[in-house]
Amino acid sequence: MSNFDHPQKAKDFVANDERMHWHDKALWFVREKRDISSKSIPEWETLREYANQIKTHTMANLDKYLLEFEENANKRGITVHFAKDAKEHNEIVHKILEQNNVKKVVKSKSMLTEECHLNPYLESKGMEVVDTDLGERIVQFRNEPPSHIVLPAIHLKKEDVAQTFHEKINTDKDNSDPTYLTRAARDHLREKFLGADAGITGVNFAIAQTGGVVVCTNEGNADMGASVPKLHIACMGIEKIIPRLKDLSVFTRLLARSATGQPITSYTSHFHGPVEGGQMHIVIVDNKRTPFLQSNSYQKALNCIRCGACMNTCPIYRRSGGHSYEYVIPGPIGSTLATFRDPKKYKTLSFACSLCGSCSNVCPVKIDLDSQLYTHRQDLREKNIISNKKRLAMQFSVWLMKNPTLFNLAGKVARKIVPLLPKALIYNKLNVWGKQRDIPTMPSKSFKELYKEEQK
Amino acid sequence: MSSKDLIINSIRKENVVKNCSLPDYENFGITFEDKIEKFKQMVKSVGGEAICLKEEQLDEKIKELYPDLNLIATNVTECSLGNIDANEQEDAHKLKDIELAVVKGEFAVAENGAVWIQNSENRHRSLYFIAHNIILVVKKDDIVNNMHEAYEKIAFENSTYGVFVSGPSKTADIEQSLVIGAHGPKSGYVFFIE
Repeated sequence: MSNFDHPQKAKDFVANDERMHWHDKALWFVREKRDISSKSIPEWETLREYANQIKTHTMANLDKYLLEFEENANKRGITVHFAKDAKEHNEIVHKILEQNNVKKVVKSKSMLTEECHLNPYLESKGMEVVDTDLGERIVQFRNEPPSHIVLPAIHLKKEDVAQTFHEKINTDKDNSDPTYLTRAARDHLREKFLGADAGITGVNFAIAQTGGVVVCTNEGNADMGASVPKLHIACMGIEKIIPRLKDLSVFTRLLARSATGQPITSYTSHFHGPVEGGQMHIVIVDNKRTPFLQSNSYQKALNCIRCGACMNTCPIYRRSGGHSYEYVIPGPIGSTLATFRDPKKYKTLSFACSLCGSCSNVCPVKIDLDSQLYTHRQDLREKNIISNKKRLAMQFSVWLMKNPTLFNLAGKVARKIVPLLPKALIYNKLNVWGKQRDIPTMPSKSFKELYKEEQK
Repeated sequence: MSSKDLIINSIRKENVVKNCSLPDYENFGITFEDKIEKFKQMVKSVGGEAICLKEEQLDEKIKELYPDLNLIATNVTECSLGNIDANEQEDAHKLKDIELAVVKGEFAVAENGAVWIQNSENRHRSLYFIAHNIILVVKKDDIVNNMHEAYEKIAFENSTYGVFVSGPSKTADIEQSLVIGAHGPKSGYVFFIE
């Protein structure tokens, strides 16, 4: 695993040129919908600033709010569990299920349970776990991880889905109409909802003031899963806490508009206790989140509300696909989270960025994503885990730039020589940059020379 | 040490996040001259439809929209078409064949076409999702401009559940094609009663 390499992984994705462009366009379309939606709100920028303030305030007082949440949830008859890591999270969930003789579980989207690898854990204990979000069900059938946090199957075409559904739920192999396929999944999953002994959901927001949790979906799958069976387990990271009920007004206005351009998700469910005669449990997980609070450079990464806007806008993500990141969360936010948590394994991810800054501009909670990725590169160099090629190239540049005479000379020579060189020599194996790009036409004079002339 | 203590201690240890104050939302947020009109426009954009009508037209309109439906559950007193009482069912699974739920909404939100449903007297929250079609009935005056006004009206003192519903259930998980009717209702109307 240690030799994970983003450029290498992206190569597989880029190999299918047509599909890459299709993926690029599909996500840009979502980004455009986000723009239209956000621009219809005159106070949009103030909302982003409010969201930033709420999150920052919460993180500064996270201990207090977690305890307040626990106390209020307990008063409502909700059992709260704390798990220090993924292993403990899985064990807690399994124990609750086992104590209730659960054999079949329906799950709605939760990036946390993906992070903890809950599904394989429960399956190894002999339980059936069914992902109920349509996109997640598709990738679960295909034994793939989601490639996007909001649109899990965005890397697939409808013909791929038709093939998968034909194999798994016996639909017509040649019918790839999205309505037909969605209806088939609806019938298949209705059976699963009605046959389930328990429902597991993620959490979008947990309200300290009321002790309840909020889950946002379009399909209604979290709501079905949490309200038909008698047992509901909600799993959340410690960063999902918000202080007051009314703070939801800010996040419910930002989340769906940033994610897909919708004014709000179809369902925004506020769970404040078990169903009649049932049980509700909340598992709160750290799993390497607290170190972010101790970092000046990366603390804001914890403020993420998982809308996916940064990946929809990212020129690298759109052209390399979610799977090329090999982390549970792809795109700019995934790159910074992954690199902070495991810099050795994910050393290539902070370079999967052109530093265009678009991610920071669309982020609804104003995470400084591009500057975090830039800082990661420097930290990696400090820790000496950057690749040798990159290190040597950087060292050479530093040396050259420290010698103005040499730098001027090198520029002059390059402007004269490069246009005369044969293509094979310019686009050699070492010129990684030139793989899919042309070197610009060499100007006759440098900026410095032009500036001097102007000043005369 | 328990995991809870471990986590709390670890948060307290060297937390470098600088505190700031929480925002205040009084008189904040977009407002509309005609809230009902805005609501109609927004709910249409999410695959639903809003209709204004008089109390006595309720049954007639339902029959017009859904002439072939047999199993109807309702908690709206003005509607006399209900023929299954969801609250009498012990088990939520028994609601699976309900073709239409006509449900009382507390209030509507103009900016996003959402209706707040709380109904503390409703036994099965699954009713809103398991029914194949849904009509939300709201009094015409019960409409707010935006979510800031909405949360001023919400509390959970005597309630374990509440949900904002905006249009019918939907998905775009297959090639970004919008399909109405994912797991929840396949159609959704909002009736504003004058």
